[in-house]
Amino acid sequence: MTDLTVKLPGLNLKNPIMPASGCFGFGKEYAQLYDLSQLGAIMIKATTVETRLGNPTPRVAETASGMLNAIGLQNPGLEKVSGQELPWLEQYDVPIIANVAGTTTEDYVEVAKAISQAPNVHALEINISCPNVKLGGITFGTDPDVARELTRAVKEVSSVPVYIKLSPNVTDIVSIAKAVEAGGADGITMINTLLGMRMDTKTGRPIIANITGGLSGPAIKPVALRMVYEVSKHTKLPIIGMGGITNVDDVIDFLSAGASAVAVGTANFVNPFVCPEIIGQLPERLHELGFDSVEQLVGRSHRL
Amino acid sequence: MIKQERMQVIKQQEIAKHIFELTLQGELANEMAEPGQFVHIRVADSFEPLLRRPISVASIDLEASQFTMIYRAEGRGTGLLAEKKPGDMLDVLGPLGHGFPVEEAQKKAYLIGGGIGVPPLYELAKQLNARSIETVHILGFESKQAVFYEDKFRELGDTHIATVDGSHGTQGFVTHILNELPSDFDTYYSCGPTAMLEAVQWAYPQKKGFLSYEQRMGCGIGACFACVCRTTKSETDYIKVCSDGPVFPAGVVIS
Repeated sequence: MTDLTVKLPGLNLKNPIMPASGCFGFGKEYAQLYDLSQLGAIMIKATTVETRLGNPTPRVAETASGMLNAIGLQNPGLEKVSGQELPWLEQYDVPIIANVAGTTTEDYVEVAKAISQAPNVHALEINISCPNVKLGGITFGTDPDVARELTRAVKEVSSVPVYIKLSPNVTDIVSIAKAVEAGGADGITMINTLLGMRMDTKTGRPIIANITGGLSGPAIKPVALRMVYEVSKHTKLPIIGMGGITNVDDVIDFLSAGASAVAVGTANFVNPFVCPEIIGQLPERLHELGFDSVEQLVGRSHRL
Repeated sequence: MIKQERMQVIKQQEIAKHIFELTLQGELANEMAEPGQFVHIRVADSFEPLLRRPISVASIDLEASQFTMIYRAEGRGTGLLAEKKPGDMLDVLGPLGHGFPVEEAQKKAYLIGGGIGVPPLYELAKQLNARSIETVHILGFESKQAVFYEDKFRELGDTHIATVDGSHGTQGFVTHILNELPSDFDTYYSCGPTAMLEAVQWAYPQKKGFLSYEQRMGCGIGACFACVCRTTKSETDYIKVCSDGPVFPAGVVIS
């Protein structure tokens, strides 16, 4: 019997597969399609103190084996997420990882304090890596000192373990990872999207209204894998890896690189059943490769 | 209920310049009820191109478990779709979104379409006719070469065609025809370019109307927040074209 369970700070996962934040809303759309209790966890859409309308359209553009998005953290705000979305998710036997975003440290602290008290929120994912908002987001994720201090501030108020979501748009991701480790983070989630552009060839105008957007999808998997590998080599923090995962072998690769669990993002848009499909295929694939638990696989590339 | 299914291509043909008619068969077709809903299609089994393509449904044949789409092959995705042959299998997600409410029409309805917005009006016309509603069709195209389904619409009711270059029917836009027609209908339904929807909406502020909108989509089911529009219903929220629409009552969408 293959053991798919994964134990991480705050999280006892039935399996290592979860939908990534921003690609799954608050679960309602996918709940029409399958039972959300099958999932290892759910990373819900970024929540800010206030209601946010997000960016003008076009917000997405397809690219080679990927897509750009600049949604701009559209969300109903802390009050509605705590009062409506999270209670609705309580009907499912699945831990929630709440993605927290903001413009100032005070914003992050306010959301983290309140949302970490929801009974089904088992961990926080601090979004210091959103490339699509003018203030906050990525500005917290590109300077090690700022990242460390924000981690510290959030850790002080959070009732659950804190994972920091890292941006790939930095020169040295290991220095950011080490900084959040020093700030007391319980884990890391990585990577957020890579900043990119697409032009309208005829007019020369950028297609995305925000001009730039975050690149995701299979195109970014090699970058994500490399970063997970480096960060897992240089920190002790557990990693939830993501970036271009579309199938069971991608999951194996991320675990091998050093991730303890993985999140599936853009692939949900292409195949809305991708998470349960991967979960279903994982035992057999592990068996074929000669493993009988997910944990045996974690970081095996470092041991070879 | 939304299903994902590998459906079989039954027929594909070019019925006007760059305009293709594609019929698929599978259980998913049995889930279709409202005209104006759409399906989300993977045009390749690889991840290149990555995203699904939203295509509206032109007619439903529940007895044969088939439905037909009409689309314009203009980009990479629809170009690949146009290469599909009978017997090929296609990954289809649907039916998606909210379509045209047929029960809102009382006696006579105007169906106003532009270009690739015309196809969903065909199933709508069939269903309204089945409810003994008289339908008048006002359809706009670029040129004579781009016109399709004219005869099929004529079988269902009065049909007026406009072409931008005047090569067929009235020269100009659908609004030029509307100006000449009596306003003796109770409900209008429209699908086409946003500018056309706006013009139609302004032409009939007193009438009950339903408009089908287009936006760049990601997931097609309401999760990615790509296809949003501002709305008169709320200052603090958007509506999503894919899951709240694509059909909205007139006056709801701020375009």
